Amino acid sequence: MNVIRQIRFLWKPLVFVACLIPAALVVGDTFAITGTLGANPIEEIQDRFGNWALRFILITLAVTPLRQISGWNWLVRFRRMLGLFAFFYVLMHFLTWLFLDQELLLSAISEDIFERPFITIGFTAFLILIAMAATSTIAIRRRMGRRWQQLHYGIYVAGILGVWHYWWQVKLDASDPAIYAALLAALLGYRLWRRKRKVAAQPERNRHGNRRLETH
Amino acid sequence: MLIRKPADIRPSEITSREIYLNRRKFIQSTALAGSSLIAGRAAGAIIPEERRARLTGIENSEFSTSEAQNSYADITTYNNYYEFGTNKGDPFRNSQEFEPRPWSITVSGHADRTGTFNLEDIVKPHVLEERIYRLRCVEAWSMVIPWVGIPLADIVKQFAPRSAAKYVVFRTLNDRARMPGQRSRVLQWPYIEALTIAEAVNPLAILAVGLYGEVLPNQNGAPIRLIVPWKYGFKSIKGIVSIDFSETRPRTSWEIAAPHEYGFYANVNPNVDHPRWSQARERRIGSAPQGALQSIFGAKKQPTLMFNGYGEQVAHLYDGLDLRRNF
Repeated sequence: MNVIRQIRFLWKPLVFVACLIPAALVVGDTFAITGTLGANPIEEIQDRFGNWALRFILITLAVTPLRQISGWNWLVRFRRMLGLFAFFYVLMHFLTWLFLDQELLLSAISEDIFERPFITIGFTAFLILIAMAATSTIAIRRRMGRRWQQLHYGIYVAGILGVWHYWWQVKLDASDPAIYAALLAALLGYRLWRRKRKVAAQPERNRHGNRRLETH
Repeated sequence: MLIRKPADIRPSEITSREIYLNRRKFIQSTALAGSSLIAGRAAGAIIPEERRARLTGIENSEFSTSEAQNSYADITTYNNYYEFGTNKGDPFRNSQEFEPRPWSITVSGHADRTGTFNLEDIVKPHVLEERIYRLRCVEAWSMVIPWVGIPLADIVKQFAPRSAAKYVVFRTLNDRARMPGQRSRVLQWPYIEALTIAEAVNPLAILAVGLYGEVLPNQNGAPIRLIVPWKYGFKSIKGIVSIDFSETRPRTSWEIAAPHEYGFYANVNPNVDHPRWSQARERRIGSAPQGALQSIFGAKKQPTLMFNGYGEQVAHLYDGLDLRRNF
């Protein structure tokens, strides 16, 4: 089909490149081409990757509500790629912490993970996203059946843990994490509201036999 | 909860061990309080009004470190000054309009000389000294900064505190029209900090009016700020407009904001972690080798030193004090 081919060969590559811009800017700023990383480059890199990880989680979570409200079903074709970019930025955030911030010092790393709750929850969110990214191919999805969907509801948990991780980490001014929390609450709240409405409407729908097949 | 009294400071102890051992200098600095000209030392500090104007007559100090100094750019673009915003680039961005003159300081409490004094009159009897100090932020980064200032002990003596004065309490300007960060309620304004009298007259403590031999930039606390290098940076209050000699210990700004995370003493201590992060190591800003990739991959943290390496000068102030509880 023409539209599907257009998405696959034109729009998806374009979105892919757009999703790489924040990472490209980190590289550009490192070499002082696009800007600078400031006086504390490692902290700046870590913060930027962490922020983009949260933004991509929110963008990924926005796909389904946007599709349902607008009726643009083609949006779902971008969902996996956006989710994988969320994972990519979380991974970069993690690697920055591991190699640059903690300098691979095992004692400091384990102390952080096990004794600092905000890092424990951030690390937990990372583990959830690893499991989701590792099972993101169509072949694995088919093989896993229903369990795949259950595992991939993990994005809700990862989103909550991620925002919590950010909120807990700021020294005092929580205005930025509060914005993420509000957006996340809206995206998850929409799902709850819709589920409630669907349950209420179900008997009637069954009678008319027009129940639509929903992924989630 | 049992609240320990701070180490009792008897008036007899106000003279610190260093000053006691260095009586010649002590006599000189006390004399400064009364007269403006001392043989051999050209008193008469002047702070020009123009931005980045050079300060003159600066003496060197034996307390200066020989470690590599941070660049002017690092010091003036990456710091905390919540009166101008909570991000570390905010003070630079949001303080350029700030006009730090005319400036006066109100002195109150248990002292013989109280009232409101022009900044010029407060600094005039003194000699400017360069003090190249390590600065350790509670956020686990550090710098080496060449401040120019006046020993706080000299200024304290100038106001002749009485023995009832147990604490020196400082407040920052409270003016949301001039300090845009104060429109946010993130901290309680005005910013308030305090030292015990013994801490205040320790020879390491200074009131800084300059940086790199020039007038102190707005973002770093112009026109006058405290520097107590053995404590976390937030103790070194900026833009001071009042000094109060108090019998009681006030609750300081960060204590009010998060009492379980920030204490009154706030001495740099690698053995007592912040509840959310380790204080054992620090990132020395700008210490990485030159070059794009080296600045990232070559930046190594270094161990944090007890009292930020100033234990020899200040450890005795805390004899018998449980530093884990009095963090």
